[in-house]
Amino acid sequence: MSSHYEAPIRKPLIIGDKNYHDVTVDVAAPVEGRANKQWWIAFSIALAAFLWGVACVSYTVGTGIGTWGSNKTVGWAWDITNFVWWVGIGHAGTLISAVLLLFRQKWRMAINRSAEAMTIFSVIQAAMFPVFHMGRPWLAYWVMPIPNQFGSLWVNFNSPLLWDVFAISTYLSVSLVFWWTGLLPDFAMLRDRAITPFAKRVYSIVSFGWSGRAKDWQRFEEVSLVLAGLATPLVLSVHTIVSFDFATSVIPGWHTTILPPYFVAGAIFSGFAMVNTLLIIMRKLSNLEAYITVQHIELMNIIIMITGSIVGVAYITELFIAWYSGVEYEQYAFLNRATGPYWWSYLLMMTCNVVSPQVMWFKKIRTSIYVSFVISIVVNIGMWFERFVIIVTSLHRDYLPSSWTMFQPTFVDAGFFIGTIGFFFVLFLLYSRSFPVIAQAEVKSIMKTSSETYKKLREQGGHDNHSHSEHNHH
Amino acid sequence: MYTFSSRLKTIAFVLMILGVLGIGYSFFTAPKTVEDVEKILAADSHHNGGHAEAAHHDEAAAPEAHTAVKEESHAVEGVNGGHDTIHAETAVVNHDNHNEISHEAHGAEAHDAHAEHEHHLKHVLSQLQNKPWAGVYVAALFFMLISLGALAFFAIQNAAQAGWSPVLFRVMEGISSYLIPGAVIVFLLLVAGVLQFHHLFVWMDPDVVAEDHLIQAKSGYLNGAFFLIRAAIFMGGWIFYRQYARKNSLAQDDATDNSFYKKNFKASAAFLVFFIVTESIMSWDWIMSVDPHWYSTLFGWYVFASFIVSAVTVIAMVAIYLKSLGYLEYVNTSHIHDLAKFMFGFSVFWTYLWFSQFMLIWYADIPEEIVYFKMRIENYNLPFFGMVVMNFVFPVLILINTDFKRLSWVIVMAGIVILFGHYIDFFNMIMPATVGEQWFIGAGEIGAILFFLGLFIFVVFTALTKAPLLAKRNPLIEESKHFHY
Repeated sequence: MSSHYEAPIRKPLIIGDKNYHDVTVDVAAPVEGRANKQWWIAFSIALAAFLWGVACVSYTVGTGIGTWGSNKTVGWAWDITNFVWWVGIGHAGTLISAVLLLFRQKWRMAINRSAEAMTIFSVIQAAMFPVFHMGRPWLAYWVMPIPNQFGSLWVNFNSPLLWDVFAISTYLSVSLVFWWTGLLPDFAMLRDRAITPFAKRVYSIVSFGWSGRAKDWQRFEEVSLVLAGLATPLVLSVHTIVSFDFATSVIPGWHTTILPPYFVAGAIFSGFAMVNTLLIIMRKLSNLEAYITVQHIELMNIIIMITGSIVGVAYITELFIAWYSGVEYEQYAFLNRATGPYWWSYLLMMTCNVVSPQVMWFKKIRTSIYVSFVISIVVNIGMWFERFVIIVTSLHRDYLPSSWTMFQPTFVDAGFFIGTIGFFFVLFLLYSRSFPVIAQAEVKSIMKTSSETYKKLREQGGHDNHSHSEHNHH
Repeated sequence: MYTFSSRLKTIAFVLMILGVLGIGYSFFTAPKTVEDVEKILAADSHHNGGHAEAAHHDEAAAPEAHTAVKEESHAVEGVNGGHDTIHAETAVVNHDNHNEISHEAHGAEAHDAHAEHEHHLKHVLSQLQNKPWAGVYVAALFFMLISLGALAFFAIQNAAQAGWSPVLFRVMEGISSYLIPGAVIVFLLLVAGVLQFHHLFVWMDPDVVAEDHLIQAKSGYLNGAFFLIRAAIFMGGWIFYRQYARKNSLAQDDATDNSFYKKNFKASAAFLVFFIVTESIMSWDWIMSVDPHWYSTLFGWYVFASFIVSAVTVIAMVAIYLKSLGYLEYVNTSHIHDLAKFMFGFSVFWTYLWFSQFMLIWYADIPEEIVYFKMRIENYNLPFFGMVVMNFVFPVLILINTDFKRLSWVIVMAGIVILFGHYIDFFNMIMPATVGEQWFIGAGEIGAILFFLGLFIFVVFTALTKAPLLAKRNPLIEESKHFHY
């Protein structure tokens, strides 16, 4: 990894005249400063949405699942749609930290911390749906294989819903450990800079006494690599298991073998879109434009474009095989998606997911921050509709025409979803004011290869690539 | 410049000659008439009671199934789903896609034992006649897809602006040179199928189609002309990119700017888009359609995983060979380590897709889908599960170790197992539908592997002599030369 030479065609990842100290100051500033009015306004709105969600969930648990729009035929609707959507969003975080680490993508360093935070906060949102869509959520602990007094009544390990329990809980715990390990040197930096005794106390607790010795760093690197190697199959398997909820069934439109990799591609797609949405705002409000550059946004757009195309190929594959199979039910499921009563949601999904990312082929568009922001939101709307289309349109019309029906969400369905969006932003806004949002230790490690300052120095010094150590930079 | 050693050239020729002999032998000994089959079966029953017993069992089960078909075809003429299931079930009993013919033949005298026996002999005859063709087809396809995989990997490295791999570009270009003869051979085999020289694709047989409602419904897609046009476009597109990228790559060596590099960057991105679409369709056409009643949405990506891991393995093995002769000055153990990581990663990826496809079909157990795996587990048990050991268990255990990934002999050993495993994977995809339970890895199959291996070595190493083995002025070549992990 420690390549001492970097090709001149690579553009700098840290722009402006920055040195090591500048990185520290820039990253610490949002944590050490005071929140402004905008932050408080955003926080209040998010908190209100969250509380409204709490109210709706309490109403559901107190009164019953019948408060939702789901019915006898469409037993899964917004609950599972939102669950899959949030899990999908959570995937980009691990992808950026783990997969991009395995592929030695230096540009990940400016964005991995926030992406991981996003993972953890969205998995928390996702995890609420499996619990509260239960008719008797107070018996949720029965899904755990715990020895008990019912003659040791056990769970059936054949259900993908049980696999979900293990997948999500493992995913959340591994992501949390991965994220926290990476935070240790950064928390230590905040601890060492802290002025108030309270802050000093807090950051010394959370930094676990990190002192940055050579041996610590060596083990730190090794742990990161091992966790990245474990998190990559984890990220694939988690969304795969989520896709098994549908693909193992016999429902036309659900039972299809492409769902595992296609759900994963969709998760990366929507996850990156969400990272883009968040970071475009954050780089501006927290003054981090020197680290999260237009090149970072462009590269995320390229990943959105690639995964969007993969998702597009999967859509076309499903359509083709539905025709090719010669199975009437399968053919009708897709005809119903395109021309049935929910045609508008299918059209939205197709336009948002297949057409919109294709504009990224144009450099002008993918390097435009405004367009990227808009597209990133469009993609997340599209991906919500993808899950909605898969779940609801396959259920509301299947084998027996006598059980065909429609689905209409109620305000409680919507309230729960809004609540999770509120909760997500509550967590993210708190995070952005108390955590180092850029992994400064990692960014500092690419200072000499990839910062504008050092690239300029190198150019001045001709092509001698080992001369930069002689330059003293202020 | 690399010179093709006369020793390796001799080896390549010997392999080709041995291969031709083996293939010729298998064609020569394939039965020509029903009487030949009867003799073979009689000889078999002397040596192997189990086989004869199995054949009897087959016969005994058949009438039952035919009755079911007859009743069903009266009852549910209009319901496709019902038909599908029945077709699938008869396919299980007969282990064959020719069941439609039998349906016709036995409509009047379904319980006539003599007719049953005649039918069985005909059925075995067609399987045994398919066998030499299927052996050639599997090997031809496998080696062509390896070079296509190397080309796709090369395109990915270009489009991703990888800093580690440019010192290996010429190796990848050399391997992709086999795409031209390889694709021509596969194309000729497909043409031979459409012209009825062989019967690997039952849907190409008008007699079968006339009796099969399901294939009729697909004939808008599965018809000879459209099939060959598609194949020509796909192969033409891949070869065009290969030639164009190679030309630019060589031109960049003597260029004064990066314009050829930029051209290749753009061409690689465009190729990858073309590739992801054509690769899926190719796998439905050339592989999945040998079982024209069966379908799986994952199939295209599964096939991709199988040949990309083989391609990376071949890149690593060729690089190690050239390095051992002192040709690749800048390739170090870090480059090999990276290739080995890709071998490891893609092996896991292949297993992921294999398991996803298998488990989902096993779990839902829908009759029209499950026949595919039922057939394989019953008649191809060892190859079917053996390949999972070769393609997953073995490479994962060996290549997890960092130090091992830097040892040439470990890579070569793991590589040989991976390549055999993925040959078996393609064998498992093609054989059950074409030769059914008559499969055997004998002179024909081994001959085909040797012939295409010899041809592959000859073409690839000839191409390697045509240009310097270092892409000189690639803007990332310095990074690649200094690469150390």
